[in-house]
Amino acid sequence: MARSRCARSWNWDSPLAAVADPVAAALNEIVQGGRGRLLAALIANLRDFQLAEDSMQDALASALVHWRRSGIPANPSGWLLKTARRKAIDRLRRSQNFDSKSAQYSLMLKLDQADAKEESRHDIPDERLRLIFTCCHPALDPKTRIALTLRTLGGLTTAEIARAFLDKEPAMAQRLVRARHKIVKSGVPFRIPDAQDWDERLNSVLSVIYLIFNEGYAALRGDRQIRVDLCEEAIFLARLMNRLRPEQPEVEGLLALMLMIHARRRARSTTSGAMIPIEMQDRESWDRPLIAQGIKLVETALKRAPLGPYQLQAAIQAVHCEAQNFDATRWSEILGLYDLLVQFDGTAIVKLNRCVALSYVDGPEAALRASRELDGELAGYQPYHAAQAAFYHRAKHYPEAVQSYDRAIELCDNRSAVAFLDEKRRGAKKEAEQMLGL
Amino acid sequence: MKYLALIYSASGSNPDFGTPEFAASMEEWNKVNQTYIDAGVMVAGDALQDVATATSIRIRDGKQETMDGPFAETKEQLGGYYLLDCADLDEAIKYAAMIPAARYGTVEVRPIMELG
Repeated sequence: MARSRCARSWNWDSPLAAVADPVAAALNEIVQGGRGRLLAALIANLRDFQLAEDSMQDALASALVHWRRSGIPANPSGWLLKTARRKAIDRLRRSQNFDSKSAQYSLMLKLDQADAKEESRHDIPDERLRLIFTCCHPALDPKTRIALTLRTLGGLTTAEIARAFLDKEPAMAQRLVRARHKIVKSGVPFRIPDAQDWDERLNSVLSVIYLIFNEGYAALRGDRQIRVDLCEEAIFLARLMNRLRPEQPEVEGLLALMLMIHARRRARSTTSGAMIPIEMQDRESWDRPLIAQGIKLVETALKRAPLGPYQLQAAIQAVHCEAQNFDATRWSEILGLYDLLVQFDGTAIVKLNRCVALSYVDGPEAALRASRELDGELAGYQPYHAAQAAFYHRAKHYPEAVQSYDRAIELCDNRSAVAFLDEKRRGAKKEAEQMLGL
Repeated sequence: MKYLALIYSASGSNPDFGTPEFAASMEEWNKVNQTYIDAGVMVAGDALQDVATATSIRIRDGKQETMDGPFAETKEQLGGYYLLDCADLDEAIKYAAMIPAARYGTVEVRPIMELG
């Protein structure tokens, strides 16, 4: 098993052990609670992701020994950072290509001397914005960006990330090592992107966060037991982004979007896990304070410029959340927002969602006409056939509705969704038979 | 750090010699060269002769084999390179994206291994 040396003496995976051992508990709090803050500060000095990670592991192992013997220091984070710097000095001294690292080495020595003078009582600067941009750099493969972000800023263990993605732990560990090596060897900078790259790079960060959020729902459905809820992890990361770089409308938009989806998590399925469509959800069980937060955020974001896809999706969620019941949904408003969203994201799936809104504004016949152009592209997409079935059903084209339900059921791999579709199908079938006078 | 920008494109994707498009394309390449020189990142850069001129060599069991053609037959072939001295990968990507062939082919950026 590819476990770090430290994991043997210092157990990430067992919160119970941490409770029994105050030193381990304190370390847990600093490392997992600090969410990459220490590591970010160290990388800011070292400019070497792998060296920083290794030196931090050395420092943690060292803390475990020293703190047990002499007690937890007054400034544990400061102690760890200082020790990690010394460990980095040791590692640099021992490294084969010392000459090429002399600049790093002298900087470390300088910082170490400064530490000794002021006893480093000051706060550790928060360099995590740079760290997020590094972890989400487009030179890394998308899955690696997600894994590295979760490992570095999310406080997840490698084993947990592997479980969340149904990967083997050694494969995930390998992926993380390769990523850190690529960052160092190909010179991925540890800095906040320039204005000209800002939009693209911010977008990469936001898509990583949103993918983590969606993975949280996938994990919820499947049998993937992990200690942390990936949805909450994604919300934490978005909040962190919003704090480190405030007043970014798309950051606010994404955070609002996730808050409002997350606020309805309890209403979305029965206790046995069966899916409940929005028409039938118990709106009493929606988390109103979370929704209020989301609505306030998206309203603030929309007043800023420019408009973006996350703000629009959040605005759509807000309209859903504001409706007292399904029939009170302001569909023309939602349709207007989809018209704007299609300009940012013209994919067939967004167009299909627009058709659903259209079906409640201009009727199911209009939606059937508009969705015809998606037929080729979405032929193998279950929600497309489910939506078509609902359009036919509402338009009273019962035989066509039955056909579409059949196709949707065929493509569906979720038991509760199948049950839901099958019930609808039986209703359409009965109507079709009555029409034929059977 | 030094980066090698390897320029791959399908043969026939750049304009024919002597046409006005060719002249316009040459002007673009010259502009890129000048930008690199002015920014102080240019170490070297060349275009290669067509892939039809390639010869591949390997030695197996002490015996040299010389073959007509490139290392691998692919639709997009190596057609040229730049060696650029940049602060970091972001800068290298920024300059590599200026290469005209990035619009019809692919530019691969690889750091040069620094020894010692």
